[in-house]
Amino acid sequence: MTNIITTHQLTRTFGKFTAVDAITFSVKEGEIFGFLGANGAGKTTALKMLTGLLSPSSGSATVAGFDVWKQPDQVKRRIGYMSQKFSLYEDLTVRENIRLYGGIYGLKMSEIKSKMGVLLEKLQLGPEADKLVGALPLGWKQKLAFSVALLHEPKIVFLDEPTSGVDPLTRRQFWELIYETAVTGVTLMVTTHYMDEAEYCDRVSIMVDGKIQALDTPRAMKEDFKAESMDEVFRRLARG
Amino acid sequence: MAFVAKEFRHILRDRRTLLILFGMPVMQVLLFGFVLTNEIKNAAIAVLDPSKDTESIALTNKLISSGYFHLEQYLVSAEELEPAFRKGKIKMAIIFPDNFAVSLNEPSSLSRPAATIQLLGDASDPNTATTLINYSNAIIADYQREKFPILYPQSPQIKTETRMRYNPEQKSVFNFVPGVMTMILMLVSAMMTSVTIAKEKELGTMEVLLVSPLKPIQIILGKTAPYLALSFLNAAVVVVLGIFVFGMPMHGSLLFLAAECVLYMFVALSLGIFISTRAKDQMTAMFMSALGLLMPTMLLSGFLFPRESMPWLLQMIGTVIPATWFNTIIKGVMIKGVGPDVLWQQTLALGGMALFFLTLSMKNFKDRLE
Repeated sequence: MTNIITTHQLTRTFGKFTAVDAITFSVKEGEIFGFLGANGAGKTTALKMLTGLLSPSSGSATVAGFDVWKQPDQVKRRIGYMSQKFSLYEDLTVRENIRLYGGIYGLKMSEIKSKMGVLLEKLQLGPEADKLVGALPLGWKQKLAFSVALLHEPKIVFLDEPTSGVDPLTRRQFWELIYETAVTGVTLMVTTHYMDEAEYCDRVSIMVDGKIQALDTPRAMKEDFKAESMDEVFRRLARG
Repeated sequence: MAFVAKEFRHILRDRRTLLILFGMPVMQVLLFGFVLTNEIKNAAIAVLDPSKDTESIALTNKLISSGYFHLEQYLVSAEELEPAFRKGKIKMAIIFPDNFAVSLNEPSSLSRPAATIQLLGDASDPNTATTLINYSNAIIADYQREKFPILYPQSPQIKTETRMRYNPEQKSVFNFVPGVMTMILMLVSAMMTSVTIAKEKELGTMEVLLVSPLKPIQIILGKTAPYLALSFLNAAVVVVLGIFVFGMPMHGSLLFLAAECVLYMFVALSLGIFISTRAKDQMTAMFMSALGLLMPTMLLSGFLFPRESMPWLLQMIGTVIPATWFNTIIKGVMIKGVGPDVLWQQTLALGGMALFFLTLSMKNFKDRLE
């Protein structure tokens, strides 16, 4: 499998504080890559650099074969993003939100229409299509936001703590959605601090104080640390 | 008690609340204290004195040395009056008759005063004009009292004739229609833009937009275009109401006025964008716009209080407020009927501000959101 994301000595400082400290790693195409770390470990900063929201202080990165800062337009068309905060407009209806994002990514009206049908069918949101998104339960909103991020058929989707604040059942359903997406060949990069979710990933990296301390499959990592669960691995690493 | 103590801690640790609690009263008292004095100092006037004799010069000196006026222009002929007023260089003109000193000492009666002095006020700003005329009358009366202690006030030697230019009926609508325009456009263009962009930041939708192929310039245009359209509509409503309901004149070119409105809206919009790059949520954006933009627009632009009566520092602050220039422009176009030939300076000032703030906010927009 080819690498779809590569970074080399990627660094970001804020004043004297180094949020991301020379990280070098790669993500393979079609992989579910877990980006783990405590709050403030630098995972959101790293993700922002990969999506072009933040420029790096030094180092480089490519996404889908394009340099993130030299060819931002090429990259942007090929990635989807779901932010930590809820990323749909609550005062627009489900249909209006879908149409808006389709428009932003330059999809044709006919394409948007056909995708809207498929999407509403899949999420069983048909009866809710003309309701304001704000009126939907959180779990549905998250699923909708994820589906909307996939609307323009990106090669990679970045999910920044997509399941924070969601109940366990919805989290479970959300991960099923992630699996379904991975099967279609889309690469997913997910940040989370739920260690049980790390077990669902193909490979995970654990960030501590801006550095990647470990990167492997969950199974190999547990063996390395002779740990029962990812939770244990994480606690050992975070303690230093 | 513990509960009260907790609230005090909240207040003391929240810098914003502290600022409102202590900053606001201090600022308002100072501002209103200085701004609200209706006493006008150093108003620009012109004198047309064909006599140039001892008496007319003495009276002119007495007027100038009062501190209320400064002599902006010494006119040679009556033809120079019109341009001086149109350009807004002077707020009042004093016109002496021929042979002032001679006629002054002639016998007179109440019905037939010995000499007549004309006072012309620029009533496109009715409050200032009235105040200035009153000052002049008082000083002229004083002059007579000194000169003719026996005759005055039973039989005044000098009669003053007052004429209010541009607004003979001294309608206050001449003042508040332009003022409301500056306010409304600032409110809609600047405040609404800053709040709506801050809202996207607060909700996290801004990140999603920035990750998308949309360029920052497209995002800004998309966010501001509706507000530009709305403000323009608002401006039109105010102008129409002013003209048809309150009898505001429209002597100048409507097209020129519209163009100036758009220019002012651009300044306001870029200020709004600038604020939104600084404010992280809607509350802050609202607050910054209200304190930083609306208050100065209302108090320092010359809308509610004449700028002539403000202390030097506040006048200086007034010159960097877009509304100050825009106010002059609206009044010039609507009331005096002047065009770009007279108002180019004001237009240039607004244009400069638009360019400056637009560049600044664009740069900030990119930096901040990265």
